[in-house]
Amino acid sequence: MTVMTYLEAGRLALAEEMRRDPAVWALGEDLGRGGVFGQYKGLVEEFGPERIVDTPISEATIMGAAVGAALVGTRPVVEMRFSDFALCAVDELVNQAAKNRFMFGGQGRVPLVVRQPSGLWRSSAAQHSQSLEAWYAHIPGLVVICPATPADNYGLLKAAIRCDDPVVYMEHKDLWPSGGDVVPNGEPLPIGVARIARHGDDLTIVTWSGMVRVAEDAAGLLADRDGISAEVIDLRSLYPWDRAAVFRSVRRTGRLLVAHEAVAVGGFGAEIAATVAEELFDALDAPVRRLGMPRVPVPYSLPLEDALRVTAGKIAAAARATIAGERPHTDGV
Amino acid sequence: MMASDRATAESPELSNVDSGRLLGHYRTMCRIRAFEEAAEQAQKDGEVRGAVHLSIGQEAVAAGVCVHLDHADVITSTHRGHGHTLAKGADPAAMMAELFGRSGGTCQGKGGSMHIADFAIGMLGANGVVAAGLPIAVGAAHAFRMRREHGRVAVCFFGDGAINRGPFLEALNWAKVYELPVLFVCEDNGFAATTRTRSMTAGDGAAARASGIGVPAAAVDGNDVGAVDEATGAALARIRGGGGPFLLHAATYRLKGHTAADPAAYRPSAEVEARWRDDPIARCAEMLRLHGRVAAAGLAAIRDAAHTEMEAAVAAARAAPWPDLDLAWTDVQDVGAPLP
Repeated sequence: MTVMTYLEAGRLALAEEMRRDPAVWALGEDLGRGGVFGQYKGLVEEFGPERIVDTPISEATIMGAAVGAALVGTRPVVEMRFSDFALCAVDELVNQAAKNRFMFGGQGRVPLVVRQPSGLWRSSAAQHSQSLEAWYAHIPGLVVICPATPADNYGLLKAAIRCDDPVVYMEHKDLWPSGGDVVPNGEPLPIGVARIARHGDDLTIVTWSGMVRVAEDAAGLLADRDGISAEVIDLRSLYPWDRAAVFRSVRRTGRLLVAHEAVAVGGFGAEIAATVAEELFDALDAPVRRLGMPRVPVPYSLPLEDALRVTAGKIAAAARATIAGERPHTDGV
Repeated sequence: MMASDRATAESPELSNVDSGRLLGHYRTMCRIRAFEEAAEQAQKDGEVRGAVHLSIGQEAVAAGVCVHLDHADVITSTHRGHGHTLAKGADPAAMMAELFGRSGGTCQGKGGSMHIADFAIGMLGANGVVAAGLPIAVGAAHAFRMRREHGRVAVCFFGDGAINRGPFLEALNWAKVYELPVLFVCEDNGFAATTRTRSMTAGDGAAARASGIGVPAAAVDGNDVGAVDEATGAALARIRGGGGPFLLHAATYRLKGHTAADPAAYRPSAEVEARWRDDPIARCAEMLRLHGRVAAAGLAAIRDAAHTEMEAAVAAARAAPWPDLDLAWTDVQDVGAPLP
């Protein structure tokens, strides 16, 4: 067991997978200098510039070339730098990578991973802060993974690289320096299995990515100040998502709050809330509640950014309201 | 730029391509034409649904390029991809079954005309998105280079409209930066969907843009199959020898509308009639008669055989069963596979 950061855990996972399988390679802008966050640091020295490939600032072709290279038998790990920039490559990901296998009748596979660093980080403003995971969860053919801890970033990136489906892999930028235990030379984690981040009996909080530790803080507040026992489920992957784990918890607690950093409108919380309302209506003691960012671009100025951010305090308040049986107010979300 | 002789009926010159090879081209082009005519009729009859983009008039590009490729070489194609697929060696019966959405189609009936593909012969797919095939071909070539598969090439067909999309620039730049074994073939039929490309395109077109970023280019008469064959041979010799990417600009004409349902009333009939006189198949036949001493009856027999082959493909497609309904759920993804 080694303590390392979320960033180091991803780097170790990639390095181990590249040692294990010569078909694995990575491509993206600035990778030869370690990548924009240092998540590739040292890899070009070990694997050389033909497997840690510096590319032009050509997102469409980074992604499209990865599709072509995957179709002829390699396993590319695509770095998009910021998830916002991956929007320049949406055709290549959504129309090409995701649909190739199906629309050509199973002739080819596209085993690529696209790493999309996401979320709020250091006042990065409207074009470097988004959480767009729900967009990709909507697309048949894609697997969507949002790890929240160093151990998960290690085990899930390994799983993503070994997966024969195209995987959208969203690391939260604010988690890069967060630390935790990782066992090197370990096995991949199964995709689609949620993690109970904190056990509780009164309320289920479902969340993922950077919001997991915020929800854990909220659960601490609720326990300390209100005597409310909140269970926090880290979903880990949005597609597939672990319905069974959520159902098990909600059947027991009777209350569900979904919290995510992404905009609430059309967010993945809506999918979870609707599914629970459809399937577990009789088990619910209170209306399902969602919490996300308002439908506003992310502002630069720190107080403005903080005003919109989902915080532990907001999660705790929403949890209290749910326990009190208050109706959610969704006007203007 | 490479010079290419434009043969005319008045002064046809048989290029270095010999008559036996030209006869092969003639057969390939007749098969493509017959396939397209059969597809057009089946679409009119309602047996083929969805958009069908015919390559009638553009057969010489597919034939002259693909004759140089074997199954280890890969191609990517466009929404107008039947000709490339046939010329690469696909089975027309499986292709026609695909157009009919029937069992036995190249893509099990899940792709249709716009998503024809045959990976076993290196045909990595037609594409519904303009310019989408360029980065995919570049990526395949990148993998060939990474694995030191010398001599293996990726050929990317795209239309004149594609050069106004960003991936064209990105892919050419990428191929040049890494000196990849890619042949870019701009099949210039003059129309970007239903708009004249020159009215929407600044500068001197695909070859000029390629030259601007250091990718050597040649222009060829895309209705002269011998010239396409020769120019492709020269380009591929260079590419296979490690010379990096190359762009071939093949000027041709789309004798039909954008889709089989498009009457193309936006162009004068005199223009279309004039272009029918430049039909690449008729030109090839003329060359064969004058220089190859191939009797008209021999050419007619090739044409008839092509029609017979495609009629049989239609009959087989019509008789084939619909796909098993379970196929609607298969090959989506392994992790999180949908449940019927």
